[in-house]
Amino acid sequence: MSDSKNTRRGFLAASATMAAGLGFVAIAPGIRLIEAASAQGKLASSKVRYGLLIDSNKCKSDCDACVGACATENGIVEKVANPRQRAQWIRKINLVETSTGKTHSLPMMCQHCAKPPCVDVCPTGASFKRADGIVLVDRHICIGCRYCMMACPYKARSFGHQALTTQNPEVPRGQGCVEACTFCVQRVDRGLKPACVEACTNGAMIFGDLNDPNSDIYKRIREVSSRQVRADLKLDTGVRYQGI
Amino acid sequence: MFTPNFRYKEGPAFYLLVAAGGLVAAIGVAAAYYMEHMGHIVTNMTNQIPWALPHVFAIFLIISASGVMMVASIGTLFGKNVYKPRARLACLLAIALLAAGLSVIMLDLGRADRLPVALTHLNPTSEFGLNIIFYPTFLTLTSLYLWTLMEPRMNRYSKTVDLANLIWRLMLTTGTGSIFGFIVARQAYGTAVLAPMFIISSFAWGLAIFLIIQRVLYGWSNMVLDPAVLKRMKNLLGIYIGAVFYFVSVYHLTSEYYAKQGDFEHFILIDGGIFPMLYWGGFVLLGTLLPLLLIFHPRIWPKPGAVTTAAVLVIFGALCHLYVLIVGGQAFPMEIFPGMTATSSFYDGAIEHYVPSLPEILLSIGGFGIVFTIAIIGARVLNVLPQDDIAQLKASGSLTD
Repeated sequence: MSDSKNTRRGFLAASATMAAGLGFVAIAPGIRLIEAASAQGKLASSKVRYGLLIDSNKCKSDCDACVGACATENGIVEKVANPRQRAQWIRKINLVETSTGKTHSLPMMCQHCAKPPCVDVCPTGASFKRADGIVLVDRHICIGCRYCMMACPYKARSFGHQALTTQNPEVPRGQGCVEACTFCVQRVDRGLKPACVEACTNGAMIFGDLNDPNSDIYKRIREVSSRQVRADLKLDTGVRYQGI
Repeated sequence: MFTPNFRYKEGPAFYLLVAAGGLVAAIGVAAAYYMEHMGHIVTNMTNQIPWALPHVFAIFLIISASGVMMVASIGTLFGKNVYKPRARLACLLAIALLAAGLSVIMLDLGRADRLPVALTHLNPTSEFGLNIIFYPTFLTLTSLYLWTLMEPRMNRYSKTVDLANLIWRLMLTTGTGSIFGFIVARQAYGTAVLAPMFIISSFAWGLAIFLIIQRVLYGWSNMVLDPAVLKRMKNLLGIYIGAVFYFVSVYHLTSEYYAKQGDFEHFILIDGGIFPMLYWGGFVLLGTLLPLLLIFHPRIWPKPGAVTTAAVLVIFGALCHLYVLIVGGQAFPMEIFPGMTATSSFYDGAIEHYVPSLPEILLSIGGFGIVFTIAIIGARVLNVLPQDDIAQLKASGSLTD
């Protein structure tokens, strides 16, 4: 009797081990992806707050080097018949002040809010904010409901309207998911600047840690008058603008 | 053992009705499959208008699901005897409408195959996330309530279950209204009045759907609704229509009052092309004034089909109103830089033009096919057909001519 019990226990234990093993094999690819997304094996630190300062005075209206660099770095080169369905992670906006006629040109992208509405509304947790302030979309659990696109006050998000074949292996993108500027997280985690910042030869973009007193952006933000777009919403954006 | 409802005529009518509803539903599902396979590139939804026709229909169906249950609550909770025999049909319709609304919205997802992710994750700050709790609970409470109505031993619990369901429904529709009410980004949304507006709209739209399905079922079973009962129900629909118009007017007036919203209101009500046309022609004229005339004119309403026509018009007006709110709210450019005019390759500052594509239209109408099919099959297998004891209602003073 006890033998048969032991056999049954043994069988149950072996089954449980096998099930756990299978479960690990099934989940493991996901774990690997999360690891790859974190800072080269290190977790993003909440002591860091990545931000970007854009000087619209230095941004030329006929220059879109930042847009091209973003497309190359992140593999956004697909052709879409309807241009309104084309993804744009960064775009140049030309502005004219209604009262004075003064013109401005500046790049607009995800503002990497400290209190991002996209994260608030996301039903699956696909929209998330890293500890270092970078707002991302987990392309593996986004269900494509587009609620975040409705909620974003900066129109910073695009939807994958068609199947893609031009992805950069480091930048997962796909049909049916929402996507946006990642601050080139794959570069930042290697200690590099985002592609747009590196491509800006006019020196209109400063990227860095808003919390680090030794960083250029920290010093510059204290020297000049800068503003957050739609500051009335109190989203505490990581991207700041100077000159508007 | 299952006993079919013998009142209905046997023969091809049932199968024809089911086939018609099923075909519309199947075409909708096929359209969704096409969208899923090809991507949303085959739709006319864009990065500027990410929510469009399927959302209009889905939200209409979900809100109506909540509202149709008021027909039941008026009988069970508020003791109006005329409505008591109608509670079962209301439950069936609520389940059908919710199933259809959720089907449409889920089939429109970019990755509908990942639905289990949404079902197993809860983000309490997301209205969509909360709906994962709201909708199944509503479905459970409605089914439970239907059971308390149909099982004599459970009758004594029906009031309690319906009260719980009423409170739950108010929360649910507040949540649906808040999907838009909490969007601060766009000028059209971000106002608390949307939640009560959605609640009162749910009552009107739910009752309109109830009246139409009731009419179909009565026709199918060769029955005639007593004019006194119809009078009670059409009067209530009239009151609801007026209340919806009041809330929609308050929404626009509130918006108009704020100087920063003036341009948006001007767009939506005057020079926005299709949107003022749908608002004034679709919602105000055809969806509000004409139904009120059909319902309250003493010589018109008793004519055959007058009240049903009014109910159909209410639904048409509702869809126009939601289209203006949802699509119009996105077509008007988002004001990212107040005090400046913006232009970009991403259509900043530009008014968007959206025309629904065929797959979107088919998926949306497919929702109605799902409602109809479930309602007809449900009415065939369950004893939900409202049957009035007019003599008793009149004797008890519940009904007057």
